[in-house]
Amino acid sequence: MAAPVLAVSQLHKRYGRQEALAGVDLEVEAGQLVGLLGPNGAGKSTLTKIACGLVRPSAGTVEVLGRRAGSPQARAALGYLAELFRFPGWLSAAELLRFHQRLVGSDGGAAERRALLDLVELGDAADKRVEAMSKGMQQRLGIAQALVGSPRLLLLDEPTSALDPVGRRIVRELLEELRGRGVSVLLNSHLLSEVELICDHVAIIARGRLVRAGTPQELAGPGAVVVETGSGVRSFEGAGREEAPAIVAELVAAGESVYRVEVQHSSLEDVYLEAVGGQTG
Amino acid sequence: MNATALRSAATVVALSMQEGIRRRVFLAVLVLTLAFLGLYALGAHFAFRDVDEFAAGETEILDPHAFTGATIFGLAMFATLFLGAVLAVFLTLGVVRGDAESGLLQPIVVRPIGRTTMLLARFAGAALLSAAYVVVVYLAAWAITKATGDWSPDHLLGPALGLALAVAIIAALSLLASTVLSVTAQGIVVFMVFGAGLTAGLLAQIGNAINSDSLHTIGRVASWALPFEGLYAAGLHALISGTSGLTGVVLQLGPFGGSEAAGPELIAWAFLYLLGILALAAFVFSRRDL
Repeated sequence: MAAPVLAVSQLHKRYGRQEALAGVDLEVEAGQLVGLLGPNGAGKSTLTKIACGLVRPSAGTVEVLGRRAGSPQARAALGYLAELFRFPGWLSAAELLRFHQRLVGSDGGAAERRALLDLVELGDAADKRVEAMSKGMQQRLGIAQALVGSPRLLLLDEPTSALDPVGRRIVRELLEELRGRGVSVLLNSHLLSEVELICDHVAIIARGRLVRAGTPQELAGPGAVVVETGSGVRSFEGAGREEAPAIVAELVAAGESVYRVEVQHSSLEDVYLEAVGGQTG
Repeated sequence: MNATALRSAATVVALSMQEGIRRRVFLAVLVLTLAFLGLYALGAHFAFRDVDEFAAGETEILDPHAFTGATIFGLAMFATLFLGAVLAVFLTLGVVRGDAESGLLQPIVVRPIGRTTMLLARFAGAALLSAAYVVVVYLAAWAITKATGDWSPDHLLGPALGLALAVAIIAALSLLASTVLSVTAQGIVVFMVFGAGLTAGLLAQIGNAINSDSLHTIGRVASWALPFEGLYAAGLHALISGTSGLTGVVLQLGPFGGSEAAGPELIAWAFLYLLGILALAAFVFSRRDL
């Protein structure tokens, strides 16, 4: 089995007395799109920043493609878009990408710049200065910037926070395309519906700890089978779709008349709220 | 450092210089410089004209041109250092903490270039611009002095290089301050250090004039602690190092008092100091969470 693209092991981070991360383990496989969820201050951004070498861990290890996070080799393999970022306003979109091409040693030239701008639907804004762009355009440019040099791992911290619904859809489609190309993505987001829609794997962090992890389907799990019978509505908690025929057969055998059967799932939102215990930042 | 790292560093140097030139402060410094040079030309013209009338027939005892030329050119050197320091500080303002807080730094630091190379590249951009600026202004002031009073310093190039090294040291100090201080605090602290250096130089001059060993020692220690002051004082000394007789004595009583030649020790110390400050800045930056 191939080594994970991102491997986080027993990661701790303390800021003075405050423990931002308290022993987090997480892996992102090649081509996997992992959603990192959690309330404000849960430690999501800290984890992402440690992965790209902006923050030093207090204990534990983070490796990118087997290299220590923060090492030149690890940094060369990733692209990053911070939640709070700013680019020199006087640079045009194309100039900004050229600057980052030089920083990563990419020889993609004008073709790479054009392809990246087209990818984030900024093909017509190549000569537009950053300061003249809307926040949403800057965010999409930020994603293009993170993709310079074709990184194997993309770390995105709230990449859709300033986007309108159309912009979000563009990013969603882009992430799906990247997954198709084998790029691994760690996506920090507050938008549960978005994460549920596109992520292969979800990790929920609360108070610096990983409290739940799995595929969206695994996390959501079976909710209940609700059956409307002649004697009233009966709910079979914890039962899933597979158990529904047996439940119905049993009720019929017991002489009940069955009028309606509904298999209910708990949403990611339910799972999230239960996992974080109503905590908010 | 491999070719990719060098290319990355050159890219950041170029961006820093472009950014520096685009900053409004650069335009302000240019306007102030033109105003200063214009006023300097006017002042030099009248100073040389008046001293010719004043010293008519007495030139055997005191060379009025050398006295006037050295005095006003020494003053121009001070103004050049001051403007160069302003430029060096503003070009390095907020380079680490300020840019990190605004989110400008992170997209660059996560690239393979690395923090130390990035910091040194930012320093190189600011230092090159500031050094080029002081050399150009110094030479412009010399050209004006030569044109208006037909006077040249005893050494022309040495003081210019000293000024260039002095502003590079100020840029390094400012960069170090930017790793720990907010933008406003950084500006205040660096200008206070700059002011402290100049005050120490003034104390050395006073000590020399009143023959106080204590004041002279304080000034000398400060020149080594803040070598931009030592380099400036050495530059002043080089302007008149070949001027002898009564003219030399009178000049020593004025703004040139207490200035000493830049021996190889001071030059070596200034370079070591610069490297030490940059190493400290790189160390602090490497341990900083962004």
